[in-house]
Amino acid sequence: MSDTRELHQAGLAPGDEEGVGVRFRVLGYLVGLALAILLTATSFFVAGTNLVWQPSIPVAIIVLAIAQMGVHLVFFLHITTGVDNTNNVMALAFGLLIVFLVIGGSLWIMDHLNQNMMPIDQLMRMQR
Amino acid sequence: MSVATMTHDPVHGLEVTDNPGPAPKRIVTGYGFWIFILSDMVMFSCFFAAFAVLSGQTAGGPHGAELFNLKNVAIETGCLLLSSFTCGMASIAADLRNRFWFQVAMAVTCALGLAFLRIEFREFADLVARGAGPSRSAFLSAFFTLVGCHGLHVSAGVLWLLTMMAQVFAKGFRADIQRRILCFALFWHALDIIWVAVFSVVYLLGSAA
Repeated sequence: MSDTRELHQAGLAPGDEEGVGVRFRVLGYLVGLALAILLTATSFFVAGTNLVWQPSIPVAIIVLAIAQMGVHLVFFLHITTGVDNTNNVMALAFGLLIVFLVIGGSLWIMDHLNQNMMPIDQLMRMQR
Repeated sequence: MSVATMTHDPVHGLEVTDNPGPAPKRIVTGYGFWIFILSDMVMFSCFFAAFAVLSGQTAGGPHGAELFNLKNVAIETGCLLLSSFTCGMASIAADLRNRFWFQVAMAVTCALGLAFLRIEFREFADLVARGAGPSRSAFLSAFFTLVGCHGLHVSAGVLWLLTMMAQVFAKGFRADIQRRILCFALFWHALDIIWVAVFSVVYLLGSAA
């Protein structure tokens, strides 16, 4: 690996890992897979159970989903907090900002519209 | 590639690289593709927003709880999770320039991807046959757009996967092909992340509500 040093100077491509052995890399994917399966199984279990307080189920599912996305990012896409990864993390942070603005903003605005506007059939009757 | 100029840092007494020059092509390509994936996720976030807003608008038609078969969704999820793992194994094999294990891992990834697509297609066909097609209600329009768009991405991923297998078979592990494998692996893992959001938001929340 003659270009390992060069790689470290310029950063790390997303998806690339820092120079570690094969056994370690396979282990990383195995850990990621195990965590992902665990979180998925928990999600599916929580969705169909009566053991927990019912209103908490949607929140639990969303929290588990976000946790699992984090697991995928770290163990499969190798987006970590390492120094070589700064550019990738900054791009991810910007992407997440847009995603939250789009989803959160849409839900917020539509919820207010639902509350503040009269039902659509009434509105249509008025226009006639 | 430009020559790095080495200067002496008076504070730390270390040799520092002032002008390291352009990054290696693998990093530039990977970073560019990472930006594409993030923009793809922004696009999916619009579909998710539309689905979240419209999920209650069933126009007197069936709700998600009556339509979804969570057992199928669990199998689909298992397929994608395992395929993400085998795709990781293929990346390792590609880095080691091991043709045999690369082709095996990619073939398994392909089989799992096709199994996923088969289950999804059957689910869609079943919904349409039961009169719950995309034109039935706003909820179903949003559902078919979101889940179908993910399905289209997986189909494109399978085609790309087969292309990579053929290219490695015909041309071996050249630097440009290694870069394509890197991008493919990013794409495939990113699809898995989107599927996590799909099964949580669409299927689990849809069945719970």
